[in-house]
Amino acid sequence: MFWALTSLFLIAAITPALYRRLPHHIGWVLALAPLSFFLLLTRYLPAAMQGEPIREVLVWAPVLAISFSFYMDGLALLFAFLISGIGVLVTIYAGGYLHDDPRAPRFLCALLIFMGAMLGVVLSDNLIALFIFWELTSFSSYLLIGHYHEKDQARTSALQALLVTGAGGLFLMAGLVIMGVAGGSFELSEIRNGGLSLAEHPHYRGILFLVLMGAFTKSAQAPFHFWLPRAMEAPSPASAYLHSSTMVKAGIYLLARMSPTLGGTTEWTTVVTAVGALTMVMAASMALKQTVLKPLLAYTTVGALGTMTMLLGVGTPLAVKAAMAFLLAHAFYKACLFLVAGVIDHEAGEKDTGKLGGLRTSMPIIATAGILAALSMAGLPPFFGFIGKEIVYEAALPGVLLAIMAVYASLFFLIVAYLTGVRPFIGAVKETPKHPHDPPASMWLGPVVLGVAGLFFGLFPGLAAKWVVGPASSAVLDTLTPVKLYLWHGINLPLMLSVLTLILAVVVFHFRDRLLSRTAALPRLAAAAGSEKVYFTLLNGLLAFARWQTRMLQNGRLRYYMMVIIGFTIAVVGYSIFGRGLMPVVSLANHEWRFYELILIALMVISVLAAVRSSSRLGAIAALGVVGYGVAVIFVLFGAPDLAMTQVVIETLTLVLLVLAFYHLPGFVQFGTRSKAVVSRDVVFSVGIGLVMTVLVLFAIDLPFHSTISEYFLANAVDGAHGRNIVNVILVDFRAIDTLGEITVLALAGVGGYALLKLKLNARKEPDL
Amino acid sequence: MNSLILRTASVYLHPLLLVFSVFLLLRGHNEPGGGFVGGLVAAAAFCLQMIAFDVQTARRMLGADPRLLVALGLLMAVVAGLFPLLGGKPFLTGIWFDLSLLGMTKIHLGSPLLFDLGVYNVVIGVTLLLVFSFAEEEESP
Repeated sequence: MFWALTSLFLIAAITPALYRRLPHHIGWVLALAPLSFFLLLTRYLPAAMQGEPIREVLVWAPVLAISFSFYMDGLALLFAFLISGIGVLVTIYAGGYLHDDPRAPRFLCALLIFMGAMLGVVLSDNLIALFIFWELTSFSSYLLIGHYHEKDQARTSALQALLVTGAGGLFLMAGLVIMGVAGGSFELSEIRNGGLSLAEHPHYRGILFLVLMGAFTKSAQAPFHFWLPRAMEAPSPASAYLHSSTMVKAGIYLLARMSPTLGGTTEWTTVVTAVGALTMVMAASMALKQTVLKPLLAYTTVGALGTMTMLLGVGTPLAVKAAMAFLLAHAFYKACLFLVAGVIDHEAGEKDTGKLGGLRTSMPIIATAGILAALSMAGLPPFFGFIGKEIVYEAALPGVLLAIMAVYASLFFLIVAYLTGVRPFIGAVKETPKHPHDPPASMWLGPVVLGVAGLFFGLFPGLAAKWVVGPASSAVLDTLTPVKLYLWHGINLPLMLSVLTLILAVVVFHFRDRLLSRTAALPRLAAAAGSEKVYFTLLNGLLAFARWQTRMLQNGRLRYYMMVIIGFTIAVVGYSIFGRGLMPVVSLANHEWRFYELILIALMVISVLAAVRSSSRLGAIAALGVVGYGVAVIFVLFGAPDLAMTQVVIETLTLVLLVLAFYHLPGFVQFGTRSKAVVSRDVVFSVGIGLVMTVLVLFAIDLPFHSTISEYFLANAVDGAHGRNIVNVILVDFRAIDTLGEITVLALAGVGGYALLKLKLNARKEPDL
Repeated sequence: MNSLILRTASVYLHPLLLVFSVFLLLRGHNEPGGGFVGGLVAAAAFCLQMIAFDVQTARRMLGADPRLLVALGLLMAVVAGLFPLLGGKPFLTGIWFDLSLLGMTKIHLGSPLLFDLGVYNVVIGVTLLLVFSFAEEEESP
């Protein structure tokens, strides 16, 4: 499983190269990756259906309890099937959708990264690995939403999605770490099987809050819903994939995954149900105002996510089954409608539902797919959406209020289904900017397969129940629960509610304009005091603070930078040394002075004085160079040849760089004309830092070595790491990860310096030192 | 700079310095040396060329864009870390094996060498990236 997942990322890496070879069939070729993943997943299905899921482990960093462990139970497989299955269709679709966009390889690359990350989220058993994949989905989603990066709106939306989900990710990380510590394991399955109930843990509420923040931001629950409709700036394949069928469901997945561990308490039921129900009602109402295809779908997606959250909050076996069935139904019809919306926009050049009509004659295939999906979304028999909605009603019925809310939301879903999936295709033909026609196979395959899937599972609900809904519900409920889904329940209350929904929807749609004008104050209120307003206030405040702070600290004058750094060092280090009244014990009594040591010291002192007194820059630098080489000689004398060598070469190269920099520096005039005050200030700073560093070094010598570490290094260098030079063995073996970090920093510093030089900031030629 | 002595000397010094830098790199595991200082020596060798002739000559002798060296070095270090994963060991574990050359002599090789080679490349790349950019600014203000 690890290698299958890794190969997705590798394929993402070679996408640009593949694109150069096969620009026209790139979508088809790349789709083989998720397709093979899908087929691989089927091998894990029988075990999951029997309630004995397979677990695969690849150790990553055992000391930190991080491993790539994958747990293929029903829940993970339901999501993984959706991700890889819809992934196949979306990849093919994206190849067609972006066929004339030169940035197509970048989009496809990000799409595959996202796919791998998303599969990682749902399959991971390790909390830390789950979090890493979780963050990767936010990151790749940022790239996908911001695909049209020349558009200001796209950039803002991408950033908004990243910040909201990223902030939630930080909450989640904290929650997962506390959860791992509290549960005694970082493997979710072990926490579940441990029998230890986290609900009685003293930190339970903290964990719950943090994990829920992660789930709610990702799944766009109120009050964090605002980023999702904005994310519709993304190209349609990304909207269909990320923002309807997969990424936004990561939060739902997390809730489902955590419900055996964290669920079942009053806190869980209250908060999750309330947030879900509120989101459902609010988003469904907000959808009514929209007229453009994708925002319409986006708001109902938020609403549907609310429905699932609500059901997981209720948490009864029936509610969990309903959540899983509804999730499956929603993934089929919503992804399909997004893809259809993309085709309409792409081929007809129009996305306002009011200006579309009669497309059935010009694009019959897409019309069929769209209408199939819309009927499923509307919850009409014999589609799977009908079964999903019925079971939602059934699960919500014990709470009358929840049932009313569910009906309320469903009637808006029904209206949106009509607006997006039916109305563009029926009625009189309306003029569109482009001449509409059916798209190539790459672009109709996805909608058709998804639309037909909704019908197929509606006619054979037993298959869906047995293969995915049942195992998934069993995993969420943590007991083997067989699920039976029927198209026909007999005449009962849910069916009556369905009929009621249909009637109400017709009525509301009829009075739509009047309703909107009556409630026009609400959107204005939301814009003035809603959560998005809070987001922008916070963001602008942060930026203003950053600008202020930059102006204060980074005024472009090197000497002030130096003074700030040195001043802080003196204050902080000096305080922690002198503030405690400590003084290092230094004794030179036992030291046998050799004459060359004295000469060296004298030489260095003289060169320091020369550097200070020098009236030419070259002289000062040469004098400092002498000090540097003197240090190198000291290293040699005291048995650190590695350091000495490095010091010598560094000194040499620094000199070369300084000589090169001379050319750009202004004349060396200010030294002679400095006032007394400036000189004494500089003296205070330089003497202060010198004093503090000296005392610090003396302390370092004073402290007893952590002998265990050095002994470990000494003992293991030859046998364990095959090297006799311990300095180097530490660098490349024992502490190699530190070195890796250091060379990464070095590389970044190099690139940063390079960028600065290329900016030619020196063109301004400010007289400065 | 236009110094005949320096130019003549640098022609001979350059290969010597490069050999010395590789020598430092390779002996680093057992004797003083290593990728970092080796990289610095190699960078210094190219700096010498740059001072004796000009940046274009030094660039030509380097043969590769310093930016490429930086990226290559990081890649090598990461790959050296990924190797042990194939054997199910944690990231960056040293993997060692003996390579026999035509049945004559044995060489003891390990993934830390690849890692050090990565350090070597990053150091050369970053140093020369900055030095060359500075020097080019000077030549074409």
